[in-house]
Amino acid sequence: MALIKEPDFGTPERPGEATVSVEVDGMPVKVPEGTSVMRAAALAGIDIPKLCATDSLEPFGSCRLCVVEIDGRRGTPASCTTPVADSMVVRTQTPKVEKLRQDVMELYISDHPLDCLTCSANGDCELQDMAGVVGLRQVRYGYEGENHLDAAPDLSNPYFDFEPSKCISCSRCVRACGEVQGTFALTIEGRGFDSKVSPGAGESFMDSECVSCGACVQACPTATLQERSVVELGMPSRSVITTCAYCGVGCSFKAELRGDELVRMVPHKDGGANDGHSCVKGRFAFGYATHPDRVLKPMVREKITDPWREVEWDEAIQTVARKMRAIQDTYGPSSVGAISSSRCTNEEVYVVQKMVRAAFGNNNIDTCARVCHSPTGYGLKQTFGESAGTQDFRSVAKADVIMVIGANPTDGHPVFGSRMKRRLREGAQLVVVDPRRIDLVRSPHVEAAHHLQLKPSTNVAVINAMAHVVVTEGLVDRSFVAERCEGFDAWAEFVALPENSPEATEPITGVPAAEVRASARMYATAPNAAIYYGLGVTEHSQGSTMVMGMANLAMACGNIGRDGVGVNPLRGQNNVQGSCDMGSFPHELTGYRHVSDDAVRTVFEELWGRTLLPDPGLRIPNMFDAAIDGSFRGLFVHGEDIAQSDPNLQHVSAALEAMDLVVVQDLFLNETAKFAHVFLPGASFLEKDGTFTNAERRINRVRAVMKPKTGKHEWQIVCEIATAMGYPMSYDHPGQIMSEIARVTPTFKGVSFELLDDLGSVQWPCNDEAPEGTPTMHVDAFVRGKGKFAVTAYVPTDERTTSRFPLVLTTGRILSQYNVGAQTRRTGNVAWHAEDVLELHPLDAENRGVADGDMVSLASRVGRTTLRARVSDRMPPGVVYTTFHHPVTGANVVTTENSDWATNCPEYKVTAVQVALAHPLGRHASESSETGRLAGVD
Amino acid sequence: MAATVQPEERMANQIAANFRHVPGDRAAEAIAAHIRLFWDPRMRRRLLEVADRQADDLDAVVLVATQLLRQPQEASGG
Ligand code: SF4
Ligand code: SF4
Ligand code: SF4
Ligand code: FES
Repeated sequence: MALIKEPDFGTPERPGEATVSVEVDGMPVKVPEGTSVMRAAALAGIDIPKLCATDSLEPFGSCRLCVVEIDGRRGTPASCTTPVADSMVVRTQTPKVEKLRQDVMELYISDHPLDCLTCSANGDCELQDMAGVVGLRQVRYGYEGENHLDAAPDLSNPYFDFEPSKCISCSRCVRACGEVQGTFALTIEGRGFDSKVSPGAGESFMDSECVSCGACVQACPTATLQERSVVELGMPSRSVITTCAYCGVGCSFKAELRGDELVRMVPHKDGGANDGHSCVKGRFAFGYATHPDRVLKPMVREKITDPWREVEWDEAIQTVARKMRAIQDTYGPSSVGAISSSRCTNEEVYVVQKMVRAAFGNNNIDTCARVCHSPTGYGLKQTFGESAGTQDFRSVAKADVIMVIGANPTDGHPVFGSRMKRRLREGAQLVVVDPRRIDLVRSPHVEAAHHLQLKPSTNVAVINAMAHVVVTEGLVDRSFVAERCEGFDAWAEFVALPENSPEATEPITGVPAAEVRASARMYATAPNAAIYYGLGVTEHSQGSTMVMGMANLAMACGNIGRDGVGVNPLRGQNNVQGSCDMGSFPHELTGYRHVSDDAVRTVFEELWGRTLLPDPGLRIPNMFDAAIDGSFRGLFVHGEDIAQSDPNLQHVSAALEAMDLVVVQDLFLNETAKFAHVFLPGASFLEKDGTFTNAERRINRVRAVMKPKTGKHEWQIVCEIATAMGYPMSYDHPGQIMSEIARVTPTFKGVSFELLDDLGSVQWPCNDEAPEGTPTMHVDAFVRGKGKFAVTAYVPTDERTTSRFPLVLTTGRILSQYNVGAQTRRTGNVAWHAEDVLELHPLDAENRGVADGDMVSLASRVGRTTLRARVSDRMPPGVVYTTFHHPVTGANVVTTENSDWATNCPEYKVTAVQVALAHPLGRHASESSETGRLAGVD
Repeated sequence: MAATVQPEERMANQIAANFRHVPGDRAAEAIAAHIRLFWDPRMRRRLLEVADRQADDLDAVVLVATQLLRQPQEASGG
C-alpha cells in the first residue's frame, strides 16, 4: 500500500446535525453549527492554505495563512477561527487573500533554514507545501536579518529530535501536548519574534514532564520535531495499517516503511480506539522486534541442564508431538496441557485451545488472563451475563462522574488516560479509589474530587459502604432496578446492614466515612457516572466479589446501558479480552460457554470430529499444583513468561522443574525457557496476521508488516504439532480461522476479515442483530435477561501483616514498560525505567534508616529480593509499591499463593513484607527464602 | 503455614468463607456447584480425599458440599 495520508479538515468536527448552509467558492455545503469556515470548505473539497491549524486541535488563529473573504463582512478573517453562519458566502481565492498569504509565507521563509533538499522532512513538510500552494516566488527580506538559524537542537529524547531553527512557532506542538495528550509539558516562551517552544522551564525534553507520546511530533508541520528514525533512515514510502501489541487500548497504527524497513509507527487517525493518538510504547518502542537477542531457530534439549541444540522445524515439531503423546500414554490424557497468551492474536489463541481440546483431548487450557482479569470474566458474567466491559472508549466523553478504581490509566492505558483527562478538563468529576496517589489524583488541569486512599485488600468493604449510602439515602434508581434487574431486595437488605456503613467500615478501609458518603452521592446523582477499573480490583483474594460489587452499584444507580456510564475493565495486555473470548479458559468454549453445555459441545464436536470432555480442566495455578503432585507432566507455554510473571516464583520453578516436557514459544529465551526442553521461536506483532480484541471488545486487524523471521506463522506451528499428534489441523490463511470462530461463536457470527477490512474494526457482539457491532452493551436488556444483584460479603484476605512482615506490598506498572518487560527492556524505553524500584513512605523509610536511592531487601514469608528504594508519599504509611518489569529484581519471588476465591487469580496486590537496608553485597539478587537458591539473575 | 495446606483444602475453605452469608444448605449447594463448574476432576477427587482423611481441616459447610459432590450429576453429563 502506498503511504497513507489521512485528509486534514483543519479544525475538529462539531457534533450535531448538518443544518447550516454555506457557499464556498460557489460550492454549496451543509455543516453542523459551530463548524469553522475552514472545515466547511474542506468538506466542500476546497483546501484553504493553513499552518497553525490541524483537525486534531482546536483552532488558534496565529499564522493568518488561512484568511478568506466573506460577503458582507469587512476584512479578511482567519477561516480556522471563524464559525460558519447560515447563508454565508465565502471566497478563498481572491487577489487580496492571495497577496496576504504570500506576505505571510515570505516572513516565515526568511527565518527558515532553506535546506529543504537535505531536510529530513523533505516531502512531508507543510511549510514547504504551503510555499508552493501560495505561489511564493521571492523572499524580499533576505536571509541575513535576525533569525533563529543557530538555535541548538535538543537530542535528549531517545526517539525524536527537536531542531528549533526550523520552528515556525505555530504552537501546534504545545496544543497537542495539552489538548490531545493532556500533559502540558510544552510552552511558548517569549513573545513575537523571540517566541520559542520550550519543554518545561527551559529544560530538555528528557528532563521535562514529557512522556514521549509523540503527539507533538505528529502535529508539527515542519521538521522541527521529527522522529529520529526518519532522520536516520529517510522518509517512508508505504504504509501498512496494524494494531499496537502493547496494551488493551488497542491503538491503530500506520506502520510506515521504506522498502522493507520499518521507519516509524504513526497513530492512525481512523483508529476506533485511539482516534490518531498514541503512547510512547506503541509509537516508538518497536525496536525489540529486530533485536539481536531474538531467537529465530527452534531448539531442543533432553534435560534442562543440557545446552540447547538448534534443529529444523520438523524435528522440533515431531519432538513436541512424540513427547506429549508419550506422557499421555503413561500418565493418561489429562497429564498435559497448554497456556495461551494474551499477546497473541485471536486466531493463534483459538488454534492453541483447539489443539488442547481436540488433539490433546482434554480441557487443560488456560490463559495468562487468569493472572489478571479472570475475576472480570466471572463477575460480569454473573451479574450482567457477559464477560466483557460495557462501553466503547468514546463513551467516557459523555460521563459526568468518572470513578477510577485500582487502575492507573495514565501509565497503564495511556491513550485512554488522555481521553479521560480531556473529559475531566471539560468538567467531569473524578473519584479515585486506590491505595496509591496515582497521577490522575492531581495533574495539570485535573484534580480528583475524592481520593479514597483505602488500605490494600479492602475494595469490597469500600464498595459495600458506597452501596450502603445509595440504598439507605434513597439514591437508588428505582425504575431501572424494577424494570431491568433481579435480586435487589436481598442485596439491598445486605448492604443496608449497619456493619456495611461507611462509619463501620472506616477502621477496616482507612477511608474517612464522609469521603465515602460524598463519593457515593456524587456517583449516584450524576446524570451519567462511569466506573473504570484495573488490576487493583481483580488481583485480590476477593477480585471476583469486587467486580460484582461494582456491577451492583452501577445497576442500583441505573448507570448501565447508554453512553457515558458502565462498568469497564481496563485490560492489561493487548489481547486479554480476545484470548478470553477465544475459549482459553479450561471451563469455557469460545464466547464464554461452559464445557458442560451439551448443545455447545455438540457444535464443536461436529465441526472438529472429536468428542470433547464436559468437565473443566486445570487452571494455571492448579497446573503447578498438579505438576508438583505428579499428575501433570507436559506443558506448552505460548508467548508467556510464567517464571517471571506468576506469583510465588519458587513454587512455579519447582512445578516447571518437575515436568517431563516444557515447550516454550516466545521471541526471546525468557525466564520460563530456562525450564524448557523445546524452544519454538515466535513471531513479533509486526510479523503477525490476524486480529486483537481490545478492552472495549473492538476487534482490530493486525497486519503483517514483514514476513515471519522464523519462517513460520505461530498458528501454523500449533497446527503442525496437532497434526503430528494425529489430529490434522490446517488453514491456508488466518482469515479461515476467523471464519471458523464466527461459525462456532454466536457473538462473532458476523465477523470476518472482509468485514474488518471494510469497517476498520468492529465491537462484538457482531451478528444478525448487530451487523456492524455493538459499541454499548445491555442497552434495553442485560445479556442474561435481568441484571442480577449478587450479595458481596467482605471477607478479609488471609494475608495479614505481622510483626515480622509489618508492611503491605502492592505491585503495578509504569508507562514506559510493558508486563515482564521482555520487549520494552529491549528498546530505548529503558531511558525511563532502568530498574524496578520500591516506593515507600518517608515515615517507613525513616524508621528503617533508608534514604532515597538506597538498596533495600524486600522479604515476604515466601521469598526475598533486593532493589532500590524511592522514598515517596504517594503511598500511605505501611504500604510499599513496586513494578515487575525486570527479571533481575524478581518482584514475584515475594508474592504468595493467595488467590481470588472464585477464579484463582493471584493476589498480587497484597503481600505482607518487611523492608530493610540491604547489605552492600551484590545488588539485585532475588532468592527464595526456603531454598536459598539465587533465581533470575541475568 | 499455608504452604503445607493442600491447595484444594485452602481453596475450598476460601470459597466457603465467601458463601458465609448464604444460609446452610444453600451454601453447600453453591459451593458444590462452584466446584463442579470450575474444578478439574482430579482436584475434586483430592478434595474428597481430604474430606475422608482430615475432615477436621475442612469448613463444616465444605464437608456438606463434598457429600453433594459425591452424588452423580445428571445435567452436566460429567
Ligand atoms: S511527546 Fe507528548 S508529552 Fe512529550 S512534549 Fe510531545 S506531546 Fe507532550
Ligand atoms: S515545534 Fe513544530 S509544532 Fe511546535 S511550534 Fe515549532 S513548528 Fe510548530
Ligand atoms: S495506549 Fe496501549 S495500545 Fe495505545 S499505543 Fe500505547 S501501548 Fe499501544
Ligand atoms: S491556519 Fe488559520 S490562522 Fe493559521
